Amino acid sequence: MDKVINALIVVVGVPAVLVGYIWATEQLLRVFSERVKPRIRPWLWMAPALAFLGIFLVYPTIGTIIRSLQDKFGKQWVGIDNYAWFAGSDDALAALKNNVLWLVFLTVFVVGFGLLIAVLVDRVRYESFAKSVIFVPLAISMVAAGVIWLYMYNFNAPGSTQTGTLNATIGAAGLGPIPWLQVQDFSVNTFMLIIVMVWMWTGFAMVIISAALKGINPELLEAARTDGATELQVFRGIIFPLLVPTLAVVATTMIITALKAFDVVYTMTGGNFKTSVIAWQMYAEMFKFGHYGRASAIAVVLLIAIIPIMFFNIGRFRAQEAVR
Amino acid sequence: MTTVTAVQDEVESRNQSWFARTHFGLHTALIVLMVIWLIPTLGLLVTSFRPGVDASSSGWWTAIFPPFKFTFENYAHVLGQANIATNFLNSFFISIPATVIPIFVAAFAAYAFSWMEFPGRNILFVVVVGLLVVPLQATLIPILGLFASWGIAGTFLAVWLAHTGYGLPFAIYLLRNFMGSLPREVFESAAIDGASPVTAFFRLALPMSVPAIAALAIFQFLFVWNDLLVSLIYIGLVNPDNLPLPVTIANLVNSTGGGSEFIPAAAFLSMAIPLIVFFGLQRFFVRGIVGGAVKG
Repeated sequence: MDKVINALIVVVGVPAVLVGYIWATEQLLRVFSERVKPRIRPWLWMAPALAFLGIFLVYPTIGTIIRSLQDKFGKQWVGIDNYAWFAGSDDALAALKNNVLWLVFLTVFVVGFGLLIAVLVDRVRYESFAKSVIFVPLAISMVAAGVIWLYMYNFNAPGSTQTGTLNATIGAAGLGPIPWLQVQDFSVNTFMLIIVMVWMWTGFAMVIISAALKGINPELLEAARTDGATELQVFRGIIFPLLVPTLAVVATTMIITALKAFDVVYTMTGGNFKTSVIAWQMYAEMFKFGHYGRASAIAVVLLIAIIPIMFFNIGRFRAQEAVR
Repeated sequence: MTTVTAVQDEVESRNQSWFARTHFGLHTALIVLMVIWLIPTLGLLVTSFRPGVDASSSGWWTAIFPPFKFTFENYAHVLGQANIATNFLNSFFISIPATVIPIFVAAFAAYAFSWMEFPGRNILFVVVVGLLVVPLQATLIPILGLFASWGIAGTFLAVWLAHTGYGLPFAIYLLRNFMGSLPREVFESAAIDGASPVTAFFRLALPMSVPAIAALAIFQFLFVWNDLLVSLIYIGLVNPDNLPLPVTIANLVNSTGGGSEFIPAAAFLSMAIPLIVFFGLQRFFVRGIVGGAVKG
């Protein structure tokens, strides 16, 4: 019986409450004059979102900022000591360097492959199937993805049978074997971890870019083609410029994903062999050393790192409004 | 329109080589990419049907040649876990509202951000999107305290609210970007015809944003469905009966000491539903919704 009630709440109750809310705001606005209405309305439309964000993200963030100025046990104020520790810690700086690699390469490859695949599948009959193939990795849980890529990168001593896909492949060509996740030269192992995330997140970029691609007015493309434009010209002159806002959204999301990269490092190398990242350092400070002050300071550094990207986005939205 | 293209294609194709005519390059590039993306998954699939001993002693590709030694043992073991049916149902009770609520709430906010004027709009938007970067781990303890004081810790409601909060920054960002790019004249003519913002929202903005909403629904569902941490903290500590599927799978792996031979089977079982959602929502990626609305 509980289950039936739950199911009813889930399927009927929740949407009814949500639609009812917006309808109710418009009824409420009737008591106000035409001049006042437009000033109040946006806040009523945003109220639910602001309430959720305030409670679940802003409130804990303020707590984190306060905590970052306190000592290990949260008993004494230590000013910027935790930040000074971060700036002077070799481990933290090495992690920061890895995050820069993550940020550049994850973003470039995910956006690049996502765009390429979205544009290619748009022209074939097996679009749905091809997209599903690329999307599958995203549906795999992180733990399982870690397991499968450990199989991919698996390394056995030279001379014994290689059960790792990659080492068996290069072994067939007489090369290797290479302990992929332990090679620190040129950060090879970090790149191996980035590849796992590229494999997972390309589907994400593809789906969003594809949605935007479908939003382009087909008459626009037909007109250009009728005027004799080649496919490449159509892409460069019409499709790409119209996709730029979406590419910026995907790139921004991937930059943030790169800054927060954690799961893949946690499951595959445990931060060893110089593969540590900022979020891993935060986790280690929090759960291994119990130093909430330092962990909070790292979280705040992440928040600050995003500010330039946000300003870029604002500029973009202003430009968008100017032309529409 | 289509006939024009067809005729044009035909004219073009007569002047082109076999490679260009059959789009040889296009298909080759796509198939190569698909194969690369499939190999790890294929390895996982094959491994899920192999006995644990074999999986650790030889590569997965050896199993696809005779003699075959496939087994359903791993799947049987995962499906034989106590409570798995309840957990499965719980996963639906958690995932559906935790997908629907943030989409509506974000759509309201995104509409206000794109089509209403108010002071501080840009700054507020920066703050909203900036919240994307807040690490989930930093919010768990304060929020659990809140839920406990509201008396909803351990309920589905707690997880719905939490997932809505966590999913909103991305949802608002994506929808604001899409809604903001809709043509101005559509909304202007609706306003002239006397349509209220509520009507414009439900009749125009929402239907025209269908591809973006479908994409968003896929990701939010996926994120919630695969989530372990949020439900473990907000439900697991108080009311384990309400726990979703990933928790059973995680316990399975932990309790069998390594137990990595069950992970591939468990992964495929829990992947099934997100993939069905993806296939189901695929058909909403349709061309020309915006174009049609402008013309009409």
